[in-house]
Amino acid sequence: MPAISFQNVTKTYSGARGAVHALDDVSFDIQPGEFFGLLGPNGAGKTTLISILAGLTRASSGHVAVLGHDVVSDYAAARLSLGIVPQELVFDPFFTVREALRIQSGYFGVRSDPRANDAWIDELLAHLGLSDKAESNMRQLSGGMKRRVLVAQALVHRPPVIVLDEPTAGVDVELRQTLWQFIARLNKEGHTVLLTTHYLEEAEALCGRLAMLKQGRVVALDRTSALLAGRASTMLRFKMDTALPASLAAQSRVTGRVMQVKAHDAREVEAILATLHAAGCRPEDLEIGRADLEDVFLEIMKDAPALKVAA
Amino acid sequence: MSASFGLLAGTRPLLYKEVLRFWKVAFQTVAAPVLTAVLYLLIFGHVLENHVKVFETVGYTSFLIPGLVMMSVLQNAFANSSSSLIQSKINGNLVFLLVTPLSHWAWFLAYVGASIVRGLVVGAGVLLVTMWFAPLHLVQPLWVLFFSFAGAAVMGALGLVAGLWAEKFDQIGAFQNFIVMPMTFLSGVFYSIGSLPPFWQGVSHANPFFYIIDGFRAGFFGVSDVSPWLSLAVVSASMLAVCALCLHLLRIGYKIRH
Repeated sequence: MPAISFQNVTKTYSGARGAVHALDDVSFDIQPGEFFGLLGPNGAGKTTLISILAGLTRASSGHVAVLGHDVVSDYAAARLSLGIVPQELVFDPFFTVREALRIQSGYFGVRSDPRANDAWIDELLAHLGLSDKAESNMRQLSGGMKRRVLVAQALVHRPPVIVLDEPTAGVDVELRQTLWQFIARLNKEGHTVLLTTHYLEEAEALCGRLAMLKQGRVVALDRTSALLAGRASTMLRFKMDTALPASLAAQSRVTGRVMQVKAHDAREVEAILATLHAAGCRPEDLEIGRADLEDVFLEIMKDAPALKVAA
Repeated sequence: MSASFGLLAGTRPLLYKEVLRFWKVAFQTVAAPVLTAVLYLLIFGHVLENHVKVFETVGYTSFLIPGLVMMSVLQNAFANSSSSLIQSKINGNLVFLLVTPLSHWAWFLAYVGASIVRGLVVGAGVLLVTMWFAPLHLVQPLWVLFFSFAGAAVMGALGLVAGLWAEKFDQIGAFQNFIVMPMTFLSGVFYSIGSLPPFWQGVSHANPFFYIIDGFRAGFFGVSDVSPWLSLAVVSASMLAVCALCLHLLRIGYKIRH
């Protein structure tokens, strides 16, 4: 039985210019114990899909289930199995960190006495570096600390399926490392993890399998290693202060001074260098490596057909 | 609903959270309304004590006290559920509740329960402070208990409906200032509707708040504008109607699930 199952999920909103398909016939399963990545540009439908999974939004058609429990007809069992870290940095300003966690665990029926779950709450606080903030009011915490509390709130009822909706957006390196170590440990212990992120290096490092969404449609679904092997080619990377010649620009990715140009073999590398030399460019820190997930992602997004807006 | 998670599971933590929420700001949610009610009593009682006689055996200040108590109960019960829900919606932290397995019954009982608690705490506070200003006796305590509990429940549920419907604080303010406040003031808090012209008496009889306050007052004085049994029937019917609407809106996730 899949940990999460999306079957023919469609979501249509009425817009000023007609119906907008936020999701269009999305189907895939995530198996128990997987670390699964859901990728896509802004507006691709990732958060809508997760909102349907969490019960925040209702699908126009299709079925979503968590461990075999339909998220609409058997919502209580589905939500008991789910821990969701929302994308927005939200908090309840009336409570301390410990109070917020005790209350949240109570909602999931973790003992009628909210103090009974304190051992697990203490463990969560320790793993997320929040032990010294347990009695602090939520308003007193920094943005990064609030993000950690969001993670703790999602895990406080020990859900077998964890959903992280861009959990590292705008947070510092320390939190990212703390968070990923903890989530990786939970995954090794058998928890299923569904992650959406714009940090593709994180997805490449953590996720065994990936789905990519574009305009509400699944445009890629495979193991991370297979996606990298199937699509990627060699990349010539270098730094340069001047612009690339026009003939190279179309097959390149430019991030500030860093240029990455696709090159399938040694002859193409030679040709690129010759073009640069002819144009008077002076590349520095040259290196040749395999394309990463970001290269694959950009290539897939470029190739996938766009969805028309229905009238 | 899952067999392992009951219909009412999780109600207690949510009730605890809602009570803790208002208790943490008790200066604003309890002390301030008590002070407001005392000021009403001091001003109106001082000005009108020797000029207005509502019931033969009851002085005006004594008459005023149960009205002010019930007005405080109603307004604070409404404020509790409506403000809690709209704050959670606007701050975005309602998501913590939306992702839980809580049923619409659990939401309803917890929010309305906390409203009842706040309404009764404020009402008791007003009574404790104002009872020293004029003679007051509990003639029929069961009426007092029923109408205070039912009044708080009606307003707690109405506050929940307003909180679900509203999308900004302004709309809750409008609901409070243009519906709740006029209906409360025009329900006989400060006067007996017997003193009104026939037209306004008729209008008052269409106001459910009138029956809540009149029935509550009957518990103190044994006299009232209408029979307490009629008030009981009207208040019970109003409570059922508002609670049914509230439960329906919660069940369909009105304006909280998209």
